[in-house]
Amino acid sequence: MSEVVELWVYLAATPLFGLTATLGVYVLASLVYERLDRAPWANPVLWSVLTLALLLGVTGTPYPTYFSGAQFIHFLLGPAVVALAWPLWQRRAELRTRAGALLLAALAGGAAASGSAVAIGWALGLPREVIASLAPKSVTAPVAMGIAEQLGGIPALAAVFAVLTGLVGAISAKALLDAARVRRPEVRGFALGTASHGIGAARAMQVHADAGAYAALALGLQVLLAALLLPLAARLF
Amino acid sequence: MQALTGFTLLLLCQSVGELLARAAGLPFPGPVLGLLLMVAWLRWPGVRAPVEAAAQPLLGHLSLLFVPVGVGVVGHLGLIGQYGLRMMAALVLSTWVGLLVAALVLRALLPRTPEPPRLA
Repeated sequence: MSEVVELWVYLAATPLFGLTATLGVYVLASLVYERLDRAPWANPVLWSVLTLALLLGVTGTPYPTYFSGAQFIHFLLGPAVVALAWPLWQRRAELRTRAGALLLAALAGGAAASGSAVAIGWALGLPREVIASLAPKSVTAPVAMGIAEQLGGIPALAAVFAVLTGLVGAISAKALLDAARVRRPEVRGFALGTASHGIGAARAMQVHADAGAYAALALGLQVLLAALLLPLAARLF
Repeated sequence: MQALTGFTLLLLCQSVGELLARAAGLPFPGPVLGLLLMVAWLRWPGVRAPVEAAAQPLLGHLSLLFVPVGVGVVGHLGLIGQYGLRMMAALVLSTWVGLLVAALVLRALLPRTPEPPRLA
């Protein structure tokens, strides 16, 4: 028995554990998601995060130990942001003819999401650094961390908010957009990418090709607009 | 090999982006500058096939990449216990506002076409 414990202690402390656990849990969660016909509530990110958080709690593994392995996956977020250049480039003709409409919608959606988050957080009496971490929540996590730091927020908290925002959008967008009678796939995808970045875009890509392409486009636009405008907007207040 | 070349190009753009952001004190995070550089670079046909080969798998499994950060929620259980409900209210409501505003503005601005009954 003590040998098993020793072996576990050894394994849990190596980067191998965090990496294997993350991939293993995510692959399982994705299989279940497929089996359930991609029901929004079965979102694989949601269930992976919950399972892994529980696993860390049960085994008493500290987050930094887990992250020493999971960082290899986390690191890929940077190149993934650069890789958004590809869907943007592919749709460049459409982008050019619809540039005005897309820019305005991205600006309006992003400002509404960020502004209402700050307003609600302020009205509910949240601390300043929590509000500053809420402001960039519609931007993909690695960029949100950078912006939150500039605004005086907590980068790690901003990343968690960004992931939660992505989940809220991916899970509720279908019901919400159905209720608002928004039917065109490209409009639905664009809204998902604008309000809930990579996780929303991943959901849109799984559902419809046009929706996915516009979601990737919206995600790229939101990254650019937020990185440029949020620090400027913060200076005004 | 294509994918490996493409991945190297992505990292190269990100690195130059980080360097520019630091050196010039620009308000953009490094990967965002890298994204802009990559869009410009794609004008050159030689890089397109490798970049596509690297971008497809990376963007196809985009949601996996958010899991490690999401698990970081365990590090903020104190703050969440104290402000959890209020933080969730701000998160959920603002996400719905953003979704609706983006969808309604874009629908109003795009030229009218017959709406297909497909649901995304």
